[in-house]
Amino acid sequence: MNHLFLQRRARLDQLQRQRGLREKAGVKRPEASVFEQCPACGAAVAKRDLARALYVCPQCGHHHKIGAYLRLSMLLDPHTFQELDEHLVSTDPLQFPGYEEKLEGLRHKTGLTEGVVTARGKVNGRSVVAAVLDSSFIMGSMGIAVGEKVTRAVEYARRQKLPLIIFSASGGARMQEGILSLMQMAKTSAALERFHRSGGLYIACFTNPTTGGVTASFASLGDYTLAEPGALIGFAGPRVIEQTIGQKLPEGFQSAEYLEEHGFIDQIVPRAKLRETITQLLRLHEKGGKLHDS
Amino acid sequence: MIREIESQIADIDKEIAGLGEESGAAQLRRAQLVRDRAELLEACRDLPAGDKVYVARHTGRPGTADFIAALITDFFECKGDRLCREDPSILGGVGFFHGLPVTVIGHRKGKDLKENMACNFGMPSPEGYRKAQRLMRQAEKFRRPILTFVDTPGAYPGLEAEAHGQGEAIASSLALMSALTVPVVCVVIGEGGSGGALALAVANKVLMLENAVYSVLSPEGFASILWKDSSRAHEAAEVMKLTAQDLLALGVVDQVIPEPLGGAHQDPQAVFQAVDRALLDNLQPLLKLRDPAAHRYQKFREMGLRYTTEARKDRT
Repeated sequence: MNHLFLQRRARLDQLQRQRGLREKAGVKRPEASVFEQCPACGAAVAKRDLARALYVCPQCGHHHKIGAYLRLSMLLDPHTFQELDEHLVSTDPLQFPGYEEKLEGLRHKTGLTEGVVTARGKVNGRSVVAAVLDSSFIMGSMGIAVGEKVTRAVEYARRQKLPLIIFSASGGARMQEGILSLMQMAKTSAALERFHRSGGLYIACFTNPTTGGVTASFASLGDYTLAEPGALIGFAGPRVIEQTIGQKLPEGFQSAEYLEEHGFIDQIVPRAKLRETITQLLRLHEKGGKLHDS
Repeated sequence: MIREIESQIADIDKEIAGLGEESGAAQLRRAQLVRDRAELLEACRDLPAGDKVYVARHTGRPGTADFIAALITDFFECKGDRLCREDPSILGGVGFFHGLPVTVIGHRKGKDLKENMACNFGMPSPEGYRKAQRLMRQAEKFRRPILTFVDTPGAYPGLEAEAHGQGEAIASSLALMSALTVPVVCVVIGEGGSGGALALAVANKVLMLENAVYSVLSPEGFASILWKDSSRAHEAAEVMKLTAQDLLALGVVDQVIPEPLGGAHQDPQAVFQAVDRALLDNLQPLLKLRDPAAHRYQKFREMGLRYTTEARKDRT
């Protein structure tokens, strides 16, 4: 026992000496555990401060990417979250080389089963159905499972007569599932059209980044369309456009602000205001509105 | 492979055309050449996917305008989206198909370089899709069935197209088509490139020419995204499952229409006849449907469903 203790002590001393040497040589100590660098302005922000600010950089206001479960915890009232179709996955229709392994690896790494989480819950006491795409899962791309889960959420909302909220974040259709990914665009859009015709309320919110087949389907079909500040939103990706037209894109092209200016977004809403804004829209669609006399 | 065959066939055709008056020697030579030509075409049976991509893009391949000229009488072209622009990369209008008034909409690539440029090589802008939507609503008003022809590398990925809402235009086309109360039949005649193709293809029946291709992205784009090397397009075509036969197996298309050996451009008349027959066969039962929108919804609702499972995840 004593022997082990001494060994450990010796290693600690050694480590401390090395650290001292490195500091003398001007090598920075790793700060990864406490700080996170903002990808937009480069500022090192304490992780605790970043979390408190809902992962919006306190220096520059950049909205960091956040996962689907975190997003839902920000949106929904505590203890109201009920996940839908949690176990629905696709079965590699094209037998695409390496795809199964990639999915398996990502499931372990991210804790997600697929690129979207769908749920029922409450926003300030009002029941809703919500779907959130997660860009950490193959860029939030839409394969069969994502398309099917979104469609089921839309159909569930229609049956239950609940408002629907979808946060999109996606690189588009999932290449590894080929044409069947493309077909999910038609499927989700068809389900939403039915939902609309039965009088359902759909609030769409673009988050960074949303491109390709998701922009060209359910993300663009909201009754109300919101976006987080600075989000990249487009059909073709910026690189593809630059290659096509052979020139650099202007500053701010395809940003949420650019889309608002061009008439495709109702309002840009900072993350801290989203819950409030969504609640406002839900209130505006509650039944039983009456005209007061006074 | 197909390119070499094509150039050999072109040489033979040139030689046949150049053969003089029908002397005995010329006749013999001609017979030999015709046999050679048939043999070369025979090698075009069951082309690999990469070669089909080439055939599907062939400049001599009949396009939407050719199919309309051959299959539709009294065609009246309708231009413009009634908002700001006419986009010639989508051709649409009204005409008779076997005596029945129909609305016809398709991608247009153009026949020569000048037309290609005007039609932006068949890559529509949002205005094109909005024109298509206008014509679909009109078809619904007058209870006309809709025929669509798909032949596009994809929606145009340009600056103005983005500014004018390419994503919104495609999304609303999909939503609109999915709920149309009139029957819709689509034929993929050449290239079916991504969302830009799908925006005209949410149909009750989707037919596809034997050598046409239909995919989530061009093989070049696919190779460049997944392998960072667009020169591996031929290889990408194989793994993508983009041929008519593949898509029939995946449940994405309903019928494959055979083409003459070597591709549609070898004998366009035969292709027009085959497409005419297929359209007639598919349209007739649809006209009796009480709810074409529900039929279409069901069809797309099931896309890929058999490739899902509710398997519990086994996390470690």
